[in-house]
This record gives sequence, structure tokens and C-alpha cells, in this order.
Amino acid sequence: MNAKRRRRVVAVAIVVLGVGIATALALRAFQENLLFFFSPSEVLAGKAPSGREFRLGGLVERGSVVREADGLTVRFRVTDLGQTLNVHYRGILPDLFREGQGVVTRGRLNDAGAFVASEVLAKHDENYMPPEVAGSLKTAQSNTPRPAP
Amino acid sequence: MIPELGHFALILAGVVALVQGVLPMAGAAQQRARWMALARPASVMQALLVLLAFGCLAQAFVGNDFSVAYVAAHSNTRLPFLYRIAAVWGAHEGSLLLWVVLLSGCGVLAAFTSRAFAAPFVARLLAVLGLLGAGFIAFILFTSNPFLRLDPALTDGRDLNPLLQDLGLVLHPPMLYLGYVGFVVAFAAVVAALLGGRVEAHALRWLRTWLALAWMALTLGIALGSWWAYRELGWGGWWFWDPVENASLLPWLVATALLHTLPVALKRGHLLAWTVALILLAFALSLLGIFLVRSGSLASVHAFAADPARGAFILALLLLSVVPALLLFVRRLPVLRAPSDVPLCARTILLLANNGLLLAATATVLLGTLYPLLVDAWGLGTVSVGAAYYQAVFVPLLVPLLLLLGVGPLLPWGERRGVVVLRAVRWPMAGAALAVWGAWQGLASLTAGAGFGVALAGWIVGAALAAVRDARCAPAVYGMVLAHVGVAVFTVGVSLSTALHIERTARLVPGEALTLGGYVLSFVAVHADAGPNYRAQRATFQVTGDDGTRATLFPEKRRYAGSAMPMTEVAIDARWDRDLYLALGEPLDAGAWTVRAYVKPFIRWIWAGCLLMALGAGAALVERGLLAVRRRGAIPAALRTAVTVTRT
Repeated sequence: MNAKRRRRVVAVAIVVLGVGIATALALRAFQENLLFFFSPSEVLAGKAPSGREFRLGGLVERGSVVREADGLTVRFRVTDLGQTLNVHYRGILPDLFREGQGVVTRGRLNDAGAFVASEVLAKHDENYMPPEVAGSLKTAQSNTPRPAP
Repeated sequence: MIPELGHFALILAGVVALVQGVLPMAGAAQQRARWMALARPASVMQALLVLLAFGCLAQAFVGNDFSVAYVAAHSNTRLPFLYRIAAVWGAHEGSLLLWVVLLSGCGVLAAFTSRAFAAPFVARLLAVLGLLGAGFIAFILFTSNPFLRLDPALTDGRDLNPLLQDLGLVLHPPMLYLGYVGFVVAFAAVVAALLGGRVEAHALRWLRTWLALAWMALTLGIALGSWWAYRELGWGGWWFWDPVENASLLPWLVATALLHTLPVALKRGHLLAWTVALILLAFALSLLGIFLVRSGSLASVHAFAADPARGAFILALLLLSVVPALLLFVRRLPVLRAPSDVPLCARTILLLANNGLLLAATATVLLGTLYPLLVDAWGLGTVSVGAAYYQAVFVPLLVPLLLLLGVGPLLPWGERRGVVVLRAVRWPMAGAALAVWGAWQGLASLTAGAGFGVALAGWIVGAALAAVRDARCAPAVYGMVLAHVGVAVFTVGVSLSTALHIERTARLVPGEALTLGGYVLSFVAVHADAGPNYRAQRATFQVTGDDGTRATLFPEKRRYAGSAMPMTEVAIDARWDRDLYLALGEPLDAGAWTVRAYVKPFIRWIWAGCLLMALGAGAALVERGLLAVRRRGAIPAALRTAVTVTRT
């Protein structure tokens, strides 16, 4: 192997090594941190993972928001107009969190089948509907015909 | 009448841009001097017309013309004057107009700083800019026209989104766009050079000025966006790995790699093809960023409207500009080949590793940003990639990068003996040890992660000081040293604010107090208050601290009159080594409020570090860039043979 080729091999090796390490790290982190989105209907159908974080979205059901005595723990129900799911959250809710409005939460299921949220997101626009929520509402409505609320 | 004038001016600007794109290009191909000479006046004309259109839209905002739909949707009679100006680019349509203003403005700047170059090169450069300008003007006119009328007109506008009513809106978008536009000019220059079959050495040097300018603006723009999000979103975070933030980070990472290879290409004629490839990539990622933000394909604070036509248009623009450029690049690859291979001295190896790591970082961010879009597009469900992914991937990539950063500048070019590398390391080592000792003495608590971050920062500063002391260093090094110290300051900010931050959420009634770290925050009272376009409930907190802090904080909960939107206005007691951050949550019964408070140690260092990086690029700009064109004589012989002779 002449000097020129050896240099080239070294350069290529550096690049391949870098790319390899990065790919391995990225894919591992990717698998662990992909968050799937589910609607209440899908969660109740058993599609959501039990020991793992995921995102739950829908509308905050009217009249369902209850605040506990400590002032920080909030319980509410998220609905896709087909099914509803209980959600527990401790912390400050976003400015635009409101009954009847779209919401996306991140968290996991507890043993009682309720969703314990570590993060609640409502979008920063009065008329905004998170696209995932809009999608799941459409699906739920086509699956379960319901009388108008 | 004025909005119609603006609309008409924009149409004319589009036509002029098209002429600027077609005739000089044809002129350069057929050696017609007159056609080529059209490029410069056309670019001035285009810029003036676009500026006129922009002025007309601004006038509609200032004059509260709510018969214009865009104004009615994003302004209000009670909106303060400064925000009425900034509201021009506060949403999709106007921000694209700002983009076109900056693009055509930089086109003029390019036209008048490139006078030393051969006519065909200038003609092609301005023609590419003209074609891109025409594309974006068409995009505005056909999908996102801000001049459309509303019938009947509203008596008052819907108001600007309260989140945007901040100094951040005034500064962040223009800076960010200036950065993107700089890459567009660099792209145009590269395409012009490839079309001509020769890359002139002083054109490369001129290009470095643009890239330094673009990188500086992009750095400032990203930092301003981060600072804005920190203050306005009320969650105390400074980076959320939001897809739109990632969109600006992607070209930044590539441009950073570029800034490190360009001097090599310039000085020695090596890595020329690689440098050109990076410029194409930076441009493609800039346009991809615009696609991601403007197509509405992402759910984000930035995504105002979802419109598939817009996404398709930008995607078409992206493909139509990048694919031909790539084909051209591949065809001209033999021209760009250096006379000899890159000499593998220690410094070039580190430089290549720098590029490898930065591009790996780019790839991981790109994967995390695009994957959810692709999954969604293929109908495989809805997924998102959490911040944890980026943290898990970024830190292992950044740590070696920062280690390299402390060694690279100390190695002389051409040095191949390992001993020298080991000897060079003593300065960074001393710096790291000193920094850890200082942090150990100065800080009440120190975690392993924070200590490691501080050590890395000391490592970099030690190397920077050694580089200054080094007799071999030319004045050009000062910009680099400043930027590297900026990286160190940034690293301290990130690691200490992440590791040592304290957070508490509580329910408080007036008279109660919250303890947080060494601070006592006493809730005094809540009063009703009003601003020009909102009503607020304004709380008063007295802060006392073990460290002698005495401050009064006034966090607010606002309700904006025009949009009826609520908004949390945080109160921050800022000091060089920590922020005390206080946000009001919701009012509860019996006068109680939920309150969220943070102590964020060294968080200001994050933005101070970015500022230093930008200043470093600015220093390089002043020192060599603006003067470079005149000092054309000093082109190294190696480069001259490498890039000016060839023509296929």
C-alpha cells in the first residue's frame, strides 16, 4: 500500500467510524425515545403500551376538570367523542388549557388504567386544534356514531 | 390604494427578477456583454420594488388598514407601534415578504461587492439570485399574498398573537433570515462558478466573507429565538428541540463545519469539492427549514397555517434549485480536485473529525425532525421524537467535538509527530484543572455532569489562551479564539444551568412565602393592572436571599383585548451567575394562585456564549473579509493551480 492510498484509507476509516458510532447511538436513542400518539379509543382498545411513555390527545371533556385540595393536582377526562380516559396531572396547566379544547399530554398509564401526565400541551392559539387530535376525532366519529353533544 | 400599489410593485419585482434570472444567464453562455450587464441594474430594480411592496404593507399596519386581510388578522388599533411594525413579519405571508426583501437586498450587496470579478461570473451569480427571487415572489403571489383585501373591512383587527408581542419578534426573524439569505448568496456564487467551469480564488475569499456574515447572523438569530422562548413560553427552557428550532440548527451545524474547512480550501487548495458540497448542503437545509416552517407540516408554535399548496410549492422550489446544482456539482467534480491529496497532518485529521462530528450531529437532528413527518406521510401512525432522543445523541457527539476544539488550534500545519500533539495538550489540561478547581471553590454544589462541563470549558479556554500566546498566531486567529471562548462560555451555561437548576411549583395565598434554594419569595399581593392592549393581574413578590439578594418581582397574567387570549408574563431577577425566574399559574379559590419558580444558575452564559461566537465571526469579517477583495495579490500558488486554470 503506498502512502497516498494509506492516507485515503485513514481518512475513510475516520469517516466510517464517526458515522457508525453516530448511527448506533442515534438508532438506540431513537428506539427508546419514540413517542407514539394514541386517542382514548385506542388506549381503551389496548393498543397503547403499558410500561412506556406515550402521548394521549383529544378534547378536554366539559365539566370533567377537578382540582384537588393542594391546588396543584388536576384530574380531567380526555375524550375523542367516542371514548374517554381519566388523566392525572400535577403542575401548572398551560394558559390555553380549557374544557372543550384540544389538548395533547405526555405520560404513561398507571395500574388503575388512568393516564398520569408529566406534560400537558395546549397550543398557543385560541382556534388551534392539534392535527393529531383532529385526526383522532375524525376516526372516532366515523367509528362510533353518536348523537350530537 | 396603497396595498394595491404594494401588490403591483411585488408583481413587477417578480417580472424584473425573472429578467434578472434569464437574460444575464443567457448572456454569459453566449458571451453577450449587454445581456450580462443587465444583471446589476436589474438586481437594484428588483430590490427597490420589493422594498416598495414591503413599505406598502408596513404602511397598512401603521395606518391600521383593516381592509387588508393580513393586517386585520394580525394587528389591532391598540397594538403598540413597534409591534405593528414587527407584525409585518409576524405571520406567514409577511415573513416571506421579509425574506424576499433580505434576499433582494443581499443581491444588491452581492452585485456591488463582486465588481472585481469576471463579468460572466457576476452575471451568473446574479442570475441565480434572480431566479430564486422570482421563485419566492411567485410563491408569495400565488399562495401567500399579504395584500388581499377583506370585504367588508373589519373595524378593528384580531390582534397579533400575544406570544409574538415581544422584542424577540422584532429581532429574531430578520436575523435568522439574514443567515439563511447569506447561504443563498453563497449557493448562487458556487453555482455561478461551477457553471463557468472555474472557481476564482478571490471569489472563494469573497465567499468566506458571506459565509462568516451568514453564520454570524444565524448564530445571533438562533440565540435570540432561544432567549425569546425562555422569557415568553413560561417554562424556563431555552431549547425545546422543536422541529422548527431544529430547522435553524441544521444549516448552522453545516455552516460551522464549512467555516472550518473554507480556510483550508483557501490557503492550500485542498478540500475544495468538499467545501462546495457543504455550501450546497447548507443551502438545501436552509430551504428545507423554510419548507418545514412554512408548509404547516409541523405542529409547532411557528406553524400558523396548514396549507398543502404552500408545502408543495416550496418543495418544488427546493428540488428545482438543489437537484440541478447537485448534477452540475457532480459533472464538475474533476475541476474541483486538488493537485494533491489532503496531507494528513494532525491538524487536518482533527479538522476532518470536526466535520465528521458536525455532520453526524446534522444527520441525527435531521432524522429526528423528518422521521415523524415521513411516518405520518406514509400513514403509519403519529409519532414524535422527544427531547430525550436529542440529548442522548447530541452529548456523545459534542463532547469529542469540544475536546478536539481545545487541541486543533494549537497544532502547527503539517505536524505529524504524536509528541507535539501530546505537548500541545498541556495548556488545555491546565485550563480544565483550573476551571474545575474554580468551580469547586466557587459553587455550593457541583454534580459530576456539571464538573465535566466546566472542565471542558476550561480545556477550551486554556487552548484559546495558548493560541493567543503562541508566536505563530496571525491576527486572524483572534476571531477564532473569541468564537471558541464563546463555545466554552456556552458550555458552562448549558451544563451548570441543567445540572444545578432548582424548580418548585406551589399554591400560595398573599402573605405566604416560597423557599427555593437560598431564596425566600414572599407573595405580597395581586393587583389589577392594564397595558395598552391588555388587562393584567399583576402579582408582587419580595425576594430575599442568603447571598444578599433583595428584589421585587412582578409576574403577570395578561388577557389581551383583541384576541381574548391569556398570556403568562414571567418576572426574572437576572444576575450574571443566575436567574431567578417566576411565573404565575392559575388563580384558585380564596385568592390563592399556583406559582412556578426556578433558580437557573449561569443560564445567561448560554446566550453570552452565542454572542461571543457571533462576535468572533464578526471579528474575522472586519479583519479580513471586507478588505480581502483589495488584497487580491496574495493568492497562494497552490490554490492558483488548483482552481483557476481548469475548465472542462
